[in-house]
Amino acid sequence: MKSSKEIFEILKAEFGDKILELKEDIPVDPYIIVTPDSTEKIARFLHDSSDLQFDSLMVLSGVDDNNPVKTKDEEGTESLSGGTLSVYYHLYSIPLNHKIVIRAVTEKENPMVQSVESVWKTADWHEREAFDMVGIRFENHPDLTRILLPYDWDESSFPLRKDYKNPEFYQGMKIPY
Amino acid sequence: MLELFTELTGDALLGMIINSLIPLVFVIPLALFFVWLERKVSAHMQDRLGPMITGSHGWLQTFADVLKLLQKEDIIPADADRKLFTIAPILVFAGSYAAFAAIPFSSAYIGSEIDMGIFYVVAVSGLVVAGILMAGWSSNNKYSLLGAMRSVAQIISYEIPTVLVILSIVVLAGTLNLLKISEMQTAYFWNWFIFGGPEPGLIKFLLIPFMFAGFLILYISSLAEVNRTPFDIPEAESELVAGYHTEYSGMKFAMFFLSEYANMFVVSAIVSAVFFGGYQSPFGYLGNSLGISWLVPIEQFFWFTAKGIFFVFVQMWLRWTLPRLRVDQLMAVCWKYLIPYSFVNLIIIAFLELYR
Amino acid sequence: MSIKTEHMVLNMGPQHPSTHGVLRLELELNGELIVNVKPHIGYLHRCFEKHAEAMTYPQIIPYTDRIDYLASIYNNFGYAVTVEKLMGIQVPERVEYIRVIFGELQRIASHLVAIGTYGLDIGAFTPFLYCFRDREKILSLFEMTCGARLLYNYIWVGGLSHDIHPEFVRLTREFLNYFRPQVEELNQLLSYNKIFIERTANIGILPAETAINFGMTGPNLRGSGVKFDLRRNDPYSIYDRFDFDIPVGDGRMGTVGDCWDRYFVRVLEIEQSIRIIEQALDQIPEGDVSSAIPKRIKPPVGSVYGRVENPRGELGYFLISDGGLNPFRLKVRGPSFVSLSVMGELCKGHLIADVIAILGSIDIVLGEVDR
Repeated sequence: MKSSKEIFEILKAEFGDKILELKEDIPVDPYIIVTPDSTEKIARFLHDSSDLQFDSLMVLSGVDDNNPVKTKDEEGTESLSGGTLSVYYHLYSIPLNHKIVIRAVTEKENPMVQSVESVWKTADWHEREAFDMVGIRFENHPDLTRILLPYDWDESSFPLRKDYKNPEFYQGMKIPY
Repeated sequence: MLELFTELTGDALLGMIINSLIPLVFVIPLALFFVWLERKVSAHMQDRLGPMITGSHGWLQTFADVLKLLQKEDIIPADADRKLFTIAPILVFAGSYAAFAAIPFSSAYIGSEIDMGIFYVVAVSGLVVAGILMAGWSSNNKYSLLGAMRSVAQIISYEIPTVLVILSIVVLAGTLNLLKISEMQTAYFWNWFIFGGPEPGLIKFLLIPFMFAGFLILYISSLAEVNRTPFDIPEAESELVAGYHTEYSGMKFAMFFLSEYANMFVVSAIVSAVFFGGYQSPFGYLGNSLGISWLVPIEQFFWFTAKGIFFVFVQMWLRWTLPRLRVDQLMAVCWKYLIPYSFVNLIIIAFLELYR
Repeated sequence: MSIKTEHMVLNMGPQHPSTHGVLRLELELNGELIVNVKPHIGYLHRCFEKHAEAMTYPQIIPYTDRIDYLASIYNNFGYAVTVEKLMGIQVPERVEYIRVIFGELQRIASHLVAIGTYGLDIGAFTPFLYCFRDREKILSLFEMTCGARLLYNYIWVGGLSHDIHPEFVRLTREFLNYFRPQVEELNQLLSYNKIFIERTANIGILPAETAINFGMTGPNLRGSGVKFDLRRNDPYSIYDRFDFDIPVGDGRMGTVGDCWDRYFVRVLEIEQSIRIIEQALDQIPEGDVSSAIPKRIKPPVGSVYGRVENPRGELGYFLISDGGLNPFRLKVRGPSFVSLSVMGELCKGHLIADVIAILGSIDIVLGEVDR
């Protein structure tokens, strides 16, 4: 059984600057923030390493962090833009009985995260759901299509984003009534 | 009884027509009775009551259902083959009903005394296959076609063990005529073929285990002939929605339904005629002991119906207890187990008969 | 010269008597052999997670009921455990015991549905009605306590909504005494039936490594021989005080990890649940069930992942709170969502009739898959 601090030290030793920080002070689960282009390598290391052995991905969630920055453009009008999207990975090891949470932060304009489907097959559908609901794209995913919403839902509307507005029409039917 | 009708009406043709309509008068109320019996048997086995409201204990339920089906709109799918679609249920019903011609209801009445009784019954039951295939093909539905093909494969495969077991009885009895076979098993129940046949001797006791084996093989094959669970792949609700009669509604569906129950009765009647003495009573006749000779055919009719209903009841019992076999397992049971056993059975029975 | 052949695509559409809910399976067939199975889901999507962001914490509880409507106590239980973990609330002993009793009764009821409908799919009509007759008795116990038979809204954050009826303990003991021999009858009727074994043994074999990699939990994982149960390995509530076994599949009728193993693990779990309920009934203390329910639920800023052992697997709630009255993000990890993704892997090389058998043994509820 390892604590989050020990796992953080091991990962830092292995990957260096891809691991950004360990957030421990807020309740309840501490998490490790990583860069989005290194998730696959980190996942493979966590899965294969013999003193960590994270063989089970419990859940993978896409979250809209709701932290846009206010910018003032030339006319002086304020607008909100930017912000980040995160992917949280909850990992658990059945033989060694320890848990860790990894968080990959990516920008909202063009979110790209490495897919971990080749390490844990369960990530296949979870990543499709994260793409469907929040709009995060996963590289090297075998079949990144919508899973819960209909296949012909609008390409750029992602319901779980904080700035989501209901579209007016869907297949000719008026939506808000 | 043909002579009786000819006498009554004075015309041979009219007599023949009435003679051949009597099974119809018998079969249709019997099929309605079986529908009610199935619902009650299934309900009591599943710890519930079944129809209770229409009539006392629900005996009028089937009439209500038939009335409802008569009023339904007759829907034919747009792309279906109309002629085949309409003929199919008629063919299935005709196949089931025509078999009643050669079955002895009692010593006084048989539809027509054919010297090749059993052979005729087995042959005419093959009409049902053609009807089912027509129904599945003309519905223009992938699921119906799959169900019809499976049904055809099943019925023609299982005809082989049926015929082999019947052949072994024919070897013992020496005749194909069902009336004569029933007459041979007279007097008491130990004269029935299941207990070795009417001729006493050592061979009779040696035959008993093979007779039981033959009875089991015949019964199982007959379950497959009428598409009852565990062999009801063609109408497997949970896989193919309803198989070959998915697209049928109204009176055509009612005909499929009634002909299924008529078929069940035909097969039960064959089993009881061949192994269990047909219309013979197990322990003598009340009419004989009282001296009223015209009571005897009525008693025989009662025994015939009772045995037929009992075997149909066992078929229903099996349906609500056992799960369903998969297609390849069904075929394996027939070709790998039943046919070799029935061949061996036939050879042994023929040997024993030779030694008599 | 070779004949050009094509694979036929057959659709087991959203309306079908055997797919347990609205699920569309796209089968690619080579004759009767399956080449590929692709499940299409989303027909029952009700946007639970978006709703959760707009409601206060107590208001979400009736919505959690509807995620897995056949075992809805566990949805409430998981949510309550998660929020209590974040807020650090300690519930009274009596509440813990009652939660365990209801949870295990719900487990029995849910497994009865799974077993009954599995028999129905295979073609055995009668065990279905026997299972539902016994389930009625359990549902009337629930109705006596909280007024609802299927969707309870009973376990609240910090306690329960109602205390149990004074006659509850006696009636539950009577039910358990009646029910114990029924499991034996069910085994004789269905589990050891030769035709049933032919249909389910050696079908849909799931090796243990694949199962863990695909994220399977619950009876599906235990059917493959892995002895992992959240109530033992990662205990929540007071499960560490009870003495019960963890049944695993051992391949006695076929191979380890086939459909019969997964089905039989469920039957054995019913017996273990009866043991737990009896121990809990003996030990219930007195107390007040609503004393720890806070007036206003306002968790601190943070995130937590809480999980419970649903009858179908591991039900997890991932909650991110920003300090307000509504959750910032509430993600539900439904076990059927994960189990359904393994269908493509399991069905290769089997016949159409086996697809039904495999789907029934995985035991999905579309409410959990689509949320």
